[in-house]
Amino acid sequence: MSAQFVQFLLTGLTVGAIYALVALGFSIIYNASQVINFAQGEFVMIGGMATVWFAAAGVPYAAAIPLAVAAAAAVGLALEKFAVEPARGASVVTLIIITIGASIFLRGLATLIWDKQLHVLKPFSGDTPIVLGGATLLPQSLWVLGVSLAIVLALAWFFGRTLLGKAMLATSNNRLAAQLAGIRVRHVLALAFALSAALGAIAGILIAPIAFTSYDVGVMLGLKGFAAAILGGMGSGAGAVVGGIVLGIAETMSAGYISSAYKDAIALLAMLAVLFFLPSGLLGRRGTERV
Amino acid sequence: MMSSMHGLHRLALRLGAAATLAICAGLSAAQEPIRIGAFLSITGPASFLGDPENKTLELYIEKLNAAGGVLGRKLQLIAYDDAGDAEKARTFARRLIEQDRVDVIVGGTTTGTTMAVVPLVESAQVPLLSLAGAVVIIEPVKKWVFKTPHTDRMACEKIFADMRARKLSRVALISGSGGFDKSMRGECLGVAKKAGIQVLADENYGDRDTDMTAQLTKIRNTPGVQAVLNPGFGQGPAIVTRNFRQLGLKMPLYQSHGVASKEFIRLSGEAAEGVRLPAAALLVAESLPASDKQRPVVVGYKREYESRFKSEVSTFGGHAYDGLMLAVEAMKAAGSSERAKVRDALENVRGYVGTAGVVNMSAKDHMGLDLSAFRMLEVRKGDWTLVP
Repeated sequence: MSAQFVQFLLTGLTVGAIYALVALGFSIIYNASQVINFAQGEFVMIGGMATVWFAAAGVPYAAAIPLAVAAAAAVGLALEKFAVEPARGASVVTLIIITIGASIFLRGLATLIWDKQLHVLKPFSGDTPIVLGGATLLPQSLWVLGVSLAIVLALAWFFGRTLLGKAMLATSNNRLAAQLAGIRVRHVLALAFALSAALGAIAGILIAPIAFTSYDVGVMLGLKGFAAAILGGMGSGAGAVVGGIVLGIAETMSAGYISSAYKDAIALLAMLAVLFFLPSGLLGRRGTERV
Repeated sequence: MMSSMHGLHRLALRLGAAATLAICAGLSAAQEPIRIGAFLSITGPASFLGDPENKTLELYIEKLNAAGGVLGRKLQLIAYDDAGDAEKARTFARRLIEQDRVDVIVGGTTTGTTMAVVPLVESAQVPLLSLAGAVVIIEPVKKWVFKTPHTDRMACEKIFADMRARKLSRVALISGSGGFDKSMRGECLGVAKKAGIQVLADENYGDRDTDMTAQLTKIRNTPGVQAVLNPGFGQGPAIVTRNFRQLGLKMPLYQSHGVASKEFIRLSGEAAEGVRLPAAALLVAESLPASDKQRPVVVGYKREYESRFKSEVSTFGGHAYDGLMLAVEAMKAAGSSERAKVRDALENVRGYVGTAGVVNMSAKDHMGLDLSAFRMLEVRKGDWTLVP
């Protein structure tokens, strides 16, 4: 392995980890409601911008970050309560359009509450690059990778080992049966929105010291996260993670080895190829449309 | 009692209104104001350009009027917000020409909105002072169209001249996918050969990409590269600068005038140390030597703007200042606000000192700036310093 390859791999992993966090948010809401929440990118923005805002007000990072995540979760809850729930019973397409509207609204609101400028967070542990096999890595990338891994493990535990998590899974499998078994389906939906919002916010905070944050940072990250979720298989947690990492690495490798002008096109082509052979994504549920 | 009070009150109001009307009519018959039209991208994606431009026009029209106006007449600003939309720009320009009957037009903010309006002002024969960057606006020369900012081609020439002075001639380009990036990249590739510069690598990144280490690693592994140029705009250049230091690249890094603002230094942090870029004198107003011709103009504008709006001055607002002042200059020289006379006077402006530089217009050059308008700056200790 040449130093160049290691460099591309590390970069791809860092970028991919962020895509994976956003993709996880998509999957959780999709599971709970069959809705693709296009305001997912805005949660990323709220995380970053709110942290910048709290930090500027003199709140230390240790408090500013949880506050920002909580703020995003509250916005997620509000989105569910005031936009998605009143339209309950509407078709999935209608709900998706509602989330697109919500994303535009949230972006506009952010320009009013905050501003249109770019902001940067201080890296959590310094700026000195770490040399690794001839490649360099920022300490912040380790934070991104470490926190993403921790979140994936925590989610796996939550969905596999806790009653609440299992209730959410049950709801996604069969809503009616879950309801009959005594699960409060509506609470599950609210929880899904809060959880995805928190995940998105964490992604936004982790990436802010590397790639800055601004009112429209969520547009691109939301799209890439969506692509990652589709690639991995919409609704699959492991798929979201794999999809994010694969997309991130595909992008950097094609920028590095083939052509940086076409890297997005190449990543997109790879995605199309995968979907051609595996229509439900890398790790999506095989099979059958429920009727 | 109450009702009679009301009646009296109403009567008084009516009388007052009638009197005001009469006075206005009398005044306007004697002294029609000079109408300055503007279509600017005050909101929308280019608002960071259009907003300071609009504020500058308002501020200086107010000041000119307080000082007695121009040619003994008041100035009236009629400004529309095209939100960066070329279609809207065309509609507003038509309204300015046909309904508002303006004497000159200042705008548009972007190359797109300007070019959409060019055919209109050419056929209606109204002088247009564009605030946008691209060379196409004035090349080929259009009879009624002028512009105030430098072009990106000049920025390339300035950067390449500085490289040659440092004995650097083999260069790698890295640029984004936005309009500014693409245009300047094209201009730089176009003038490289003439400037004695060899472009060895030409990398790209997306406008909202979060990491450019892959492209920079490729540049690092390209043998012979002596300097890197990043013609870019927005957040990309700051990320490039940080990734550049992260990878430990030691060659000089050049940025463009597209990021000539304090924001770039703030976003890049320590990584910005040693970065060079060309910029208008306005950016280093207070550190210009006292002998500099532009110093009084840029320091004056900077203080005026910053004390009024409590926000940092930008070169974009400076372009609007130049546009308005050139129009005023031309009207004074022509002794009239008549469109054709103002156009001729604009073409004959010589030695006007503005925020962008010293303007010498001619029939062949409707911008009138040369390379001396750009200053080469280097980031040192988190601030801009002039490269002698």
